[in-house]
Amino acid sequence: MPFVRNQWYVAAHSEEVGDELLARTICGEPIVFYRTSAGEPVALADRCVHRRYPLSASRREGDRIVCGYHGFTYDPDGTCVAVPGQKRIPRTARVPVYPVVEQDTLVWVWIGDADKADPTRIPRAPWLGSPDYVTVRGMEPLAARYELLVDNLLDLSHETYLHAGYIGTPEVAETPITTEVDEDAGIVYVSRRMKDAECPPFYAKSTGITGRIDRWQDIEYHPPCLYLLHSRIAPTGVEPGPDGDDPAACHAEIVYAITPETETTTHDFWMVSRDFALDDEEVSKFLAESNRTVILQDVAALNLLEEVIAGEPEGYQELSINIDTGGLAARRMLKKMLEASS
Amino acid sequence: MSRRLQVVWEPGSDLLIGVCHCGAESRAADPVEIWHWLLSHPDHPSPRTEHEH
Repeated sequence: MPFVRNQWYVAAHSEEVGDELLARTICGEPIVFYRTSAGEPVALADRCVHRRYPLSASRREGDRIVCGYHGFTYDPDGTCVAVPGQKRIPRTARVPVYPVVEQDTLVWVWIGDADKADPTRIPRAPWLGSPDYVTVRGMEPLAARYELLVDNLLDLSHETYLHAGYIGTPEVAETPITTEVDEDAGIVYVSRRMKDAECPPFYAKSTGITGRIDRWQDIEYHPPCLYLLHSRIAPTGVEPGPDGDDPAACHAEIVYAITPETETTTHDFWMVSRDFALDDEEVSKFLAESNRTVILQDVAALNLLEEVIAGEPEGYQELSINIDTGGLAARRMLKKMLEASS
Repeated sequence: MSRRLQVVWEPGSDLLIGVCHCGAESRAADPVEIWHWLLSHPDHPSPRTEHEH
């Protein structure tokens, strides 16, 4: 499946974009990212217009990039301002510039027609930059097509089998889900509310709740890129107040950005924001390590699945059951977006 | 008002209940069938009878 164009994609965590030139391929397009002296992120095509040398392998001169091969020099807007040995700069000497927006500690890039880029369409994840939450984060390269990660995240029953001992308990696979699709907003919701469930080590060690819990997993997928999992963990029987006030519960906002690199590789950005143990560095360290371990379990499984799929003829027959209701909704929405963008 | 489609897993069973934004409801034994039914709006196929599942 080709890429859904005319969409915003997460290209990097904000902290990844700085003075250094960062090379990252998004939807098959090689892009170089950096931050100007004024602090603005820049995204340019990562190929010199002259002989295609990667600008990411070049050097900066102030806010400009000087190609490391023959010295073609580019402004942050992609305009070539100097070429070697001559004064005349050809009119076509310009590299494409990508619309880029920094929001909620993420750098988003628009892949598609620049005149259609509307920053108000970027979905929000306000916890990431909120002082009321502490966030740990990372990015794992996935040698699998992004659709496999969408399937994986829309059906969390796999936690019971693939992530036992970390976040998986028997109740995850046993508890029925409710799925909702907002056709106008383009959002898929999948909700799993577990009552009187075992507390997995991931939450027992981080929250300090060791007894039975009520565990909510409320997914909100904004295709193609942003996936939010609102996770609520509370001692069993403890409900939120009528006004939504929920001080006895712990909340973890699990965020993924699913960004295609190529047709068969994906940038798997992950973040875990929490509203508990805010000052506890050990909890941050534990959650970062545990979550990365869980993601690497997914990465290993999906890489294997990609090998299997790549080796099979197209049109293989799958079998879907109730747990796949949300995943099927996401696939349908992506297909619709793809048709609209091509 | 936004158009929302909902699929609820009927408690204590393996059945899925699809609720269209128009208010129509149907039951099915698998998600492919329930999405097919929901996305047929406004021409929802008649619900199957129970013994057909």
